[in-house]
Amino acid sequence: MTKVLSHLVVLMAGDSGDGVQLLGSQLIRAAAQSGQDVRTLSDFPAEIRAPQGTISGVSGFQFQMASEAIFDPGDAADVFVAFNVAGWIKHQHKLKPGGLLLASIDGFDARSKSTAGLEASENPLEEAKSNFQVLEVDFKKITSEALKNQSLSGREKSRAKNMTILGLLTWLYGQSAPAMEVDLQRQFQGDLAAANVLAFRAGYHLGETAEWTAFRREVPQRKALPGTYKTLSGSQAMALGLAAVARQLGRQVLYAGYPITPASEILHELARIRPAGVLPFQAEDEIASITAAIGASYAGNLGATASSGPGISLKGEGMGLAVMMELPLLIINVQRGGPSTGLPTKMEQSDLLQALYGRHGEAPMPVMAIKRTGEALDDVLLAAKIAVESMTPVMLLSDAYIANSAEPFRLPDPEQMRRIEAPKADIRRAPYARDEHGVRPWIVPGTPEGMHRVGGLETEAETGNVSYDPKNHQSMVEQRSAKVQAVTRFYGPLSVEVGEDQGDVLIVGWGSTYGAIRTAVESLRVQGHAVSHLHLKHLFPLHPQVIPFMTGFKQVVVAEMNEGQLVQVLRSQTQQVIHFLGKTSGQPFASSELQAGIIPYISAS
Amino acid sequence: MMTGKDFLSDQEVRWCPGCGDYSILKQFTEVLALIGADPSQTVVISGIGCASRLPYYVNAYGMHSLHGRAPAVATGIKLANPSLDVWLITGDGDALSIGGNHLIHALRRNVGVPILLFNNEIYGLTKGQYSPTSRSGAVSKSTPLGSIDHPVNPQTLALGAGATFLARSMDRHPAHLREVLAASKAHKGSAFVEIYQNCNVFHDGAFEQFTDKKSQSDHAIFLQHGEPITFGTNLDHGLILEGSQVKVVPLAERSASECWIHDERDPMKAFALARMTEDLRPFGILYREDRPVFEQQVHAAHQNSRSFEEVLAMGRTWTVD
Ligand SMILES: Cc1ncc(C[n+]2csc(CCOP(=O)(O)OP(=O)(O)O)c2C)c(N)n1
Ligand code: SF4
Ligand SMILES: [Mg+2]
Repeated sequence: MTKVLSHLVVLMAGDSGDGVQLLGSQLIRAAAQSGQDVRTLSDFPAEIRAPQGTISGVSGFQFQMASEAIFDPGDAADVFVAFNVAGWIKHQHKLKPGGLLLASIDGFDARSKSTAGLEASENPLEEAKSNFQVLEVDFKKITSEALKNQSLSGREKSRAKNMTILGLLTWLYGQSAPAMEVDLQRQFQGDLAAANVLAFRAGYHLGETAEWTAFRREVPQRKALPGTYKTLSGSQAMALGLAAVARQLGRQVLYAGYPITPASEILHELARIRPAGVLPFQAEDEIASITAAIGASYAGNLGATASSGPGISLKGEGMGLAVMMELPLLIINVQRGGPSTGLPTKMEQSDLLQALYGRHGEAPMPVMAIKRTGEALDDVLLAAKIAVESMTPVMLLSDAYIANSAEPFRLPDPEQMRRIEAPKADIRRAPYARDEHGVRPWIVPGTPEGMHRVGGLETEAETGNVSYDPKNHQSMVEQRSAKVQAVTRFYGPLSVEVGEDQGDVLIVGWGSTYGAIRTAVESLRVQGHAVSHLHLKHLFPLHPQVIPFMTGFKQVVVAEMNEGQLVQVLRSQTQQVIHFLGKTSGQPFASSELQAGIIPYISAS
Repeated sequence: MMTGKDFLSDQEVRWCPGCGDYSILKQFTEVLALIGADPSQTVVISGIGCASRLPYYVNAYGMHSLHGRAPAVATGIKLANPSLDVWLITGDGDALSIGGNHLIHALRRNVGVPILLFNNEIYGLTKGQYSPTSRSGAVSKSTPLGSIDHPVNPQTLALGAGATFLARSMDRHPAHLREVLAASKAHKGSAFVEIYQNCNVFHDGAFEQFTDKKSQSDHAIFLQHGEPITFGTNLDHGLILEGSQVKVVPLAERSASECWIHDERDPMKAFALARMTEDLRPFGILYREDRPVFEQQVHAAHQNSRSFEEVLAMGRTWTVD
């Protein structure tokens, strides 16, 4: 009898050339398709081809599949697939005691040990046997045997090794082999497809032949919401969001970007899917990309741009210009570890204060954060709606974690998506005349008799002409600020993710920590604690209810991936004591580590 | 019919009295009238500097953007709406120092905008520091002992960047300036126009020998496509090319038809002209080439894009009932 589990966490680690990410995405698609909920975590080196076999070159992929809705990729792994010894050494602490280590032994030979920095005398597999169940498999040999009659190069054959592993994992974890084969055949062509399927079958049959039935696990299917799904990463979902904006706005979106990890993926995805109404433009640098986007917005498109780390800093001057001219603009910041080049492939939420305050002058601008891939499309639409309907730049924060983590994404019904209505190009109104929300008309070049000039010099109220008048400046600073404060009219009601509106402890988070916080809070609640989870989508202006809401709790703890940024913002607005849980290791919070961090506040309350 | 005056906005012009920018504004608005521009389709984009104040004074759409970034802004506008008549106004510091990168990329892409660079060999707006076009040894606020930098040559830079139209004119020759501006607008693609402009406050007389009526004929060559390259009070001198060497010859010795015949379409000869940075310099159209225009190509390439519904359906989807 196959053992049934409600959750299963699998961690795969190997060389960045081993195809770990590909194998992972293949498996999660199968799992999602067969009805399990899935969340993932990718971890790759910053180098394209990091030295082979070294610890720094390890690429990891973790996923959790479950028979109920889940929100994070899980903490400790039930199963560890080690492609090589370096992968095992780097991540071995993540395998649960008694968990299964599936070791591809060709990656544990003397040479692999030496490149991973081990002494010849060390034997990590033997050591592992005292804590874990270990299956040593010569996937290399099995693969080459399966492919001995194929006319492929040795290199291609050895690359098929991950297909053999895929086959075994498919058998072990109850996925459908025929469906997987169809998928492989769609993905590869000709000889390669045939070889991959052969390798896959060899792996699939291996378990049976070797009588490993005792290791098989089954995660029951759950009832997902009806709809059409596909697996998408956060960045792919954001690209789809931009496509949705063009549709809902009825105007072109000019997406101008300059390559930078991890923001580039949005540009790649737009170039690949080529949605109607979204023109992708690779500019000469980040300054050009934001200023081209500003030009496009002046001309009646919605200008959009994305960047990360240093690239966002370069865009600061452009944001100030868009604030001054009061043009709509969408800036996506896919945060990464900083400062400077920092940790380009790792996650961090350390750009919040920059997003809120990192501009010269009084330059208020709405700031939002995406909390999960499943909401990315709607968040992009909402950010664009605020930008256009309030004639303001908006920054939308994402990060390396959401950008790369794939999950089953329920496709929206286009007819049900948010509408965006551009302010009319009404030339009877002055270019900087304000409506009841403080919003000016969007009179675009080409509009007969609408001629006016915009620019970075202080604008005169109403006319938009240059003005150095002290009273005008004071008033315009206030008007721009009031206009941005008024965007709270677009916000929904404030509601907790889990828990009650009052209690002992409130955990406040924002952005991609959503899954880990929610999972931690849910387990604490199962243990009987009165903990709630509030996750902020709007970082500026804050939802007007946030500060009053916090007073319903004895302890408030902000958990974020930085040295304390949101917590500073909240502290500046209330006398209430607010605690802080932070981390800047480049690795996301594990829910267990959050639980451990929260428990002292529960006992204190 | 609109006149040049109709193209002036109601804003008070605030350049220093005597500044060369006044004449350029005047010729610019007259050219707009001359070519029958539609003010509601016209967009004037600038960076930051004295020169870059110009859009405020023109009765059209306009943006006074960021220092150096006007080429990127203009590119965005053209990608948004290729049918707009966009002009770009910049200064030597704006275009060649802080914005050098954007200038290069606008030129190589061949974005459909005339780029009018007001060269006064000084930073005017920031009150007189040397600029990238200032000659070596230039004494300025930031170089009281004379500058050390080797100056940039805007013409060879633009040609090297892949410009498809190169021209030079000056503030003090209205008819010539109007002619060059009109030609730059007629060009399909980026038209690079360097305009010698006198900053009478911080660098007075920088181009005197070329712009002053008394010395002009001996120092300024007014190029005409297909015509021999001649200059001098009575057009008594001509240029010849010996190999790649430019030589001045008195026309007493040979006839004009034996001189170098100006060919706007020859990039090598354009380079030779562009390199004339001493006391004898060419004005008019140095070079012209036909190359597809960036924004048109981008839009053509994006013709068969996918509808949102098609994009949703891409890739491997599955349905849960
Ligand atoms: C980012 C930035 N840096 C510096 C300045 C200051 N600044 C304004 S104009 C200018 C130089 C302008 O020189 P040029 O482009 O030659 O124009 P001119 O005033 O001579 O017409 C400088 C340095 C600025 N506005 N923005
Ligand atoms: S400083 Fe020079 S360039 Fe600027 S307005 Fe005065 S004269 Fe003209
Ligand atoms: Mg200058």
